[in-house]
Amino acid sequence: MHPAPSVIVFTALSGLGFGLLAFLGLGIPDVSGITAFIFFLIAYALAVGGLLASTFHLGNPQRALKAFSQWRTSWLSREGVFAVLALCVTGIYAAALIFLDMRLPVVGMIGAALSMISVFCTSMIYGQLKTVPRWNQPMTPALFMLYTLAGGALLAGQVKLAALFMLILAGAQLLHWMIGDNRLAIAGGTIGAATGLGHLGKVRLLESPHSGENYLLKEMAHEVGRKHAHKLRIIALLFACLIPALLLLLTTPGHTTAALAVVLHLVGLFAGRWLFFAEAEHVVALYYDKHRA
Amino acid sequence: MTTLPQTTQKKLGLAIDLDICVGCHACVINCKEWNTSNYGAPLSDQDAYGANPVGTFLNRIHTFEVKAEDKPAQTVHFPKSCLHCEDAPCVTVCPTGASYKRVEDGIVLVNESDCIGCGLCAWACPYGARELDAKEGVMKKCTLCVDRIYNENLPEEDREPACVRTCPANARHFGDFADPDSNVSVMSRERGAVPLFDEQGTKPVNRYLPPRPKADIQTDGDINILAPFLDTTPSPQKGLLGWLDKALEAI
Repeated sequence: MHPAPSVIVFTALSGLGFGLLAFLGLGIPDVSGITAFIFFLIAYALAVGGLLASTFHLGNPQRALKAFSQWRTSWLSREGVFAVLALCVTGIYAAALIFLDMRLPVVGMIGAALSMISVFCTSMIYGQLKTVPRWNQPMTPALFMLYTLAGGALLAGQVKLAALFMLILAGAQLLHWMIGDNRLAIAGGTIGAATGLGHLGKVRLLESPHSGENYLLKEMAHEVGRKHAHKLRIIALLFACLIPALLLLLTTPGHTTAALAVVLHLVGLFAGRWLFFAEAEHVVALYYDKHRA
Repeated sequence: MTTLPQTTQKKLGLAIDLDICVGCHACVINCKEWNTSNYGAPLSDQDAYGANPVGTFLNRIHTFEVKAEDKPAQTVHFPKSCLHCEDAPCVTVCPTGASYKRVEDGIVLVNESDCIGCGLCAWACPYGARELDAKEGVMKKCTLCVDRIYNENLPEEDREPACVRTCPANARHFGDFADPDSNVSVMSRERGAVPLFDEQGTKPVNRYLPPRPKADIQTDGDINILAPFLDTTPSPQKGLLGWLDKALEAI
């Protein structure tokens, strides 16, 4: 799949923002007044910034409000609904905390749950797609949720918890790659199956339907070099999980190490998210004789 | 509404004969002509006369080579457009309700004034049947020429999809798959047509009639089936040309 910057920024930043909101909703860290204001400001900037970025790839963003209507069947619609609910509920919690110095634990907990559900819905936009077998696996939602928990804990200043989530995330990320690498084959992703001509012999594309590019090729037939992907996987694993986890566990906590850990985690997160899209094989590319095993 | 109907009264669709299609792309062109000048936003092109032209099409012809061991390779032209699936994943993923499947005839359509152009339906389609128009920013797809098949302003013989109407080889057929005695149902049954890319579980309505088995040609030995056509010895001319020929040769 085409790794569009708007979707990478959207999923990465809104995931972080909702992670921080979830922790703040649970009263972690226990802050109030101006400190609480800064924490919530960061969380909202990330969550809302990410959501706004997602509208950049729309053909007709002026109709975006209609996207809240089909929550019965559409994960994308559900994502929108839950994101707005999460922002509103945590907003009430934040306002009471900052301006009235009043703690509403039940509201906070509901806000935290809604934030996590919103991230789950984001992950299911991708996880539901049978056409992208690499995404169509249970580890996809697990991966998104763990990125959110690890990043959220890190931004909330929870040193031990963040390190723990990062180590679990490393395992989940490895598992997602290992399962993902076999998914296309398991889903019957061959040109013979796609064309229904496989029983007649070996199928190859003799002539493309068009001499130039088209929407399908640009959007869904992105191919990434195997060596390139291998290096990026190592970068994602080291920067998003292992190095910041070790940094948090082995050094004395402070603003400098925390800032360094956040920067490292962000680099790893973006590398991992770029790969999530770039490595994903869409079955339509089979009709163009791509993704040969 | 993006909830799929349990069942539809008719299942209108196409039966495409892969044994007959010659890959002339006439259906592609007639589809583009009809659908750019009728229902919905036109199918735009970018850099149409430049070095790198791209554009929106609702129907595209792939050409495959199929090679069985110890048999000559076989060419199969493969027209591909929306298969109007019963379990259409493109409809259920739509966040706005712009995509829908009609209860009366099973046609899958896009209400362009509700489409935000997010592209998720195109991601959900395994067949590449949907293309986002770069100029209008809305999703375009085969309408089964819904504005032709019921159009009483057209002569009756024209009330079928543009691709079917124009096919010079008669490789494309339009009909109701819900009726077991319809033309398309009968030919699909007789030719053993199976749902395309069944692994995806979309339950497509359209059917592809597979290429018929080819007669075995003995290729051992030195048989060159083109040899008779390659014999270029000119036959002797008569009359003025014959005289001219001889005269020129004599000089």
